[in-house]
Amino acid sequence: MSEVLIEARGLKKRYGTAIAVDGINLQVRRGEIFGLLGPNGAGKTTTILMLLGLTEATEGSITVCGADPMRDPLTVKERVAYLPDMVGFYDNLSARANLRYTGRLAGIADLELEKRITKSLERVRLHDVADNKVATYSRGMRQRLGLAEILMKGAQAAILDEPTNGLDPQSTFELLDMIRTLRDDGMAIMLSSHILDRVQAICDRVALFNKGKIAIEGSVQELAATVLGGGFALQVDSSMEKMAFAALLGSVNGVSSVQAEEPGRFRVLSVRDVRDAVAQAMVNAGAPILRLAGVEHSLDEIYRRYFEGLEGVTHGTA
Amino acid sequence: MARRSGSPWKGSDIVFAKEFSDHLRSPRMLVLQWLILLTGIGAVFMSIQGLRTTTASDPFLFLRLFTDARESMPSFLSVLAFLIPLMAIGLGFDSINGEFNRRTMSRILAQPIYRDALLIGKFAGGLATLAIALVSLWLLIIGLGLYRLGVPPSGEEVARGFVFLFVALTYGGVWLSVAMLCSVVCRSPATSAMAALGAWLLLSLLWPLMGRFIAEIVYPANEVALLLGLPNPQQIGLQQTLARLSPATLFGEAVVGILQPATRTFGVVFASQVRGAVAGAPLSFMQSLLLIWPQVTGLVAGMIFVFSASYMSFQRQEVRA
Repeated sequence: MSEVLIEARGLKKRYGTAIAVDGINLQVRRGEIFGLLGPNGAGKTTTILMLLGLTEATEGSITVCGADPMRDPLTVKERVAYLPDMVGFYDNLSARANLRYTGRLAGIADLELEKRITKSLERVRLHDVADNKVATYSRGMRQRLGLAEILMKGAQAAILDEPTNGLDPQSTFELLDMIRTLRDDGMAIMLSSHILDRVQAICDRVALFNKGKIAIEGSVQELAATVLGGGFALQVDSSMEKMAFAALLGSVNGVSSVQAEEPGRFRVLSVRDVRDAVAQAMVNAGAPILRLAGVEHSLDEIYRRYFEGLEGVTHGTA
Repeated sequence: MARRSGSPWKGSDIVFAKEFSDHLRSPRMLVLQWLILLTGIGAVFMSIQGLRTTTASDPFLFLRLFTDARESMPSFLSVLAFLIPLMAIGLGFDSINGEFNRRTMSRILAQPIYRDALLIGKFAGGLATLAIALVSLWLLIIGLGLYRLGVPPSGEEVARGFVFLFVALTYGGVWLSVAMLCSVVCRSPATSAMAALGAWLLLSLLWPLMGRFIAEIVYPANEVALLLGLPNPQQIGLQQTLARLSPATLFGEAVVGILQPATRTFGVVFASQVRGAVAGAPLSFMQSLLLIWPQVTGLVAGMIFVFSASYMSFQRQEVRA
């Protein structure tokens, strides 16, 4: 296993009597993308700010790139780059001047800095507009400029808060692709998001936040196994009644649950691939099959199902 | 809590350089600069018109440039007393909350600097901008005086001019720190500007009146004083003490003390104080300096006090918007 760059143990944050973060443990390794997922107000941003030493933890210990952000915030901030939610820049300055300012604050020597700025702007494809004022930039360009700042800093780890917030699909795709290249360079990357299907594509591991706690954590496959309880899911369109359909498929070996998504569309969960057996059973029973398809577990579904489960919504299991 | 490592000053020079260049280039600064320049020069020009008739008789002709008021035009000093706070507030009212609103604050604080550096750098940047504006204005007036009056200033006049410059800068510093405090406390720049301007109007215009009312309530006029047709000295004393809580009063007294060498004291003069004095005779430079020393100390202390208040409240602020 490669080196752990971000680690938190028993992290807590209280605002008065309200608990924003309640005992979180997490680890992010070099060369891995770790996703923090959860509804708004679940404590993602607070966790990120504590990791950076921008807000003080009430309890718990943190080690980021070998330093404690509470005791030694400057070392942590030298080694970690941060892209805040809806990042802002000085509109009256050019992209280059904006980077120059933060680069100087980061303590990069002038000659080296100019080289790094040029290189990082090229990498996020902003070099053509590098000398334009940031006021003329679109949301996606600003977000890319934020990535350029991370590149310029040459950090070991990067923490991105909702990096795809407010971006159109094309910009989101480009941005995530760039984030992936950062990981391939050996950075440890932590990102928070609620745009799940996009996150799924690039995260190696995710943690599901709920009410200040990490509810479950692991790779997307692991989470699917835990939350959805089965390895496979099928989507079946049929004009059958729900009860009759559930009774029919309940007899098929390996099917663990059947639920109705909407009238005429069912979801079948199973421990193994049962497409053949289901089709067979339906044909034998003379039931109409309009469509039958295997469904890949999406983070979206895991997420939705997990929170439904918490709210005590029962699933139509036959 | 354990001591934090690293210097709180790290990065403050970079913040300073950025703020300074931002201020000098900003259109807001241009407007303020022209406003001060035009009204200031107008006032000085009018006083020169009058002074040209008395060039031979006055030993402190140059200082008169600053203090002389002519009909329909206030003196340069009163223009400054009005405009310096306006400029300082204009420079400082959105310094901290502006960073939050542009969403640059968390990005800047994620760089390896402490918050101290940001606040100190911003304050120093604003103060330097004020200094540039005041020095250029000061030089312009001296130049205008040389050209129109044709008399060079004496060494003492130049020394008094320098002290005046320093006092004006600390006065600006007080209002800059007030504006920065407002920008830390209020999240909206408009609210912050209103609060700072409100404090300025209150302290400059209303406070002297309120001080008088309070003094009259605390020490009602006594019979002896009434019979003699004199004010109650305790009442005057309290009124003066209260008035001096306002930086505008301190500034006014300090500049009058240094620019009008004949000034011996502020407020009530007792007969014992003028015994043996030659009426209208100027004090020496050191004596004038001594006279205004408490006022200048008060201004510097006020600046530091308000700055510390904004420092403390900024340190405790949450970074998230």
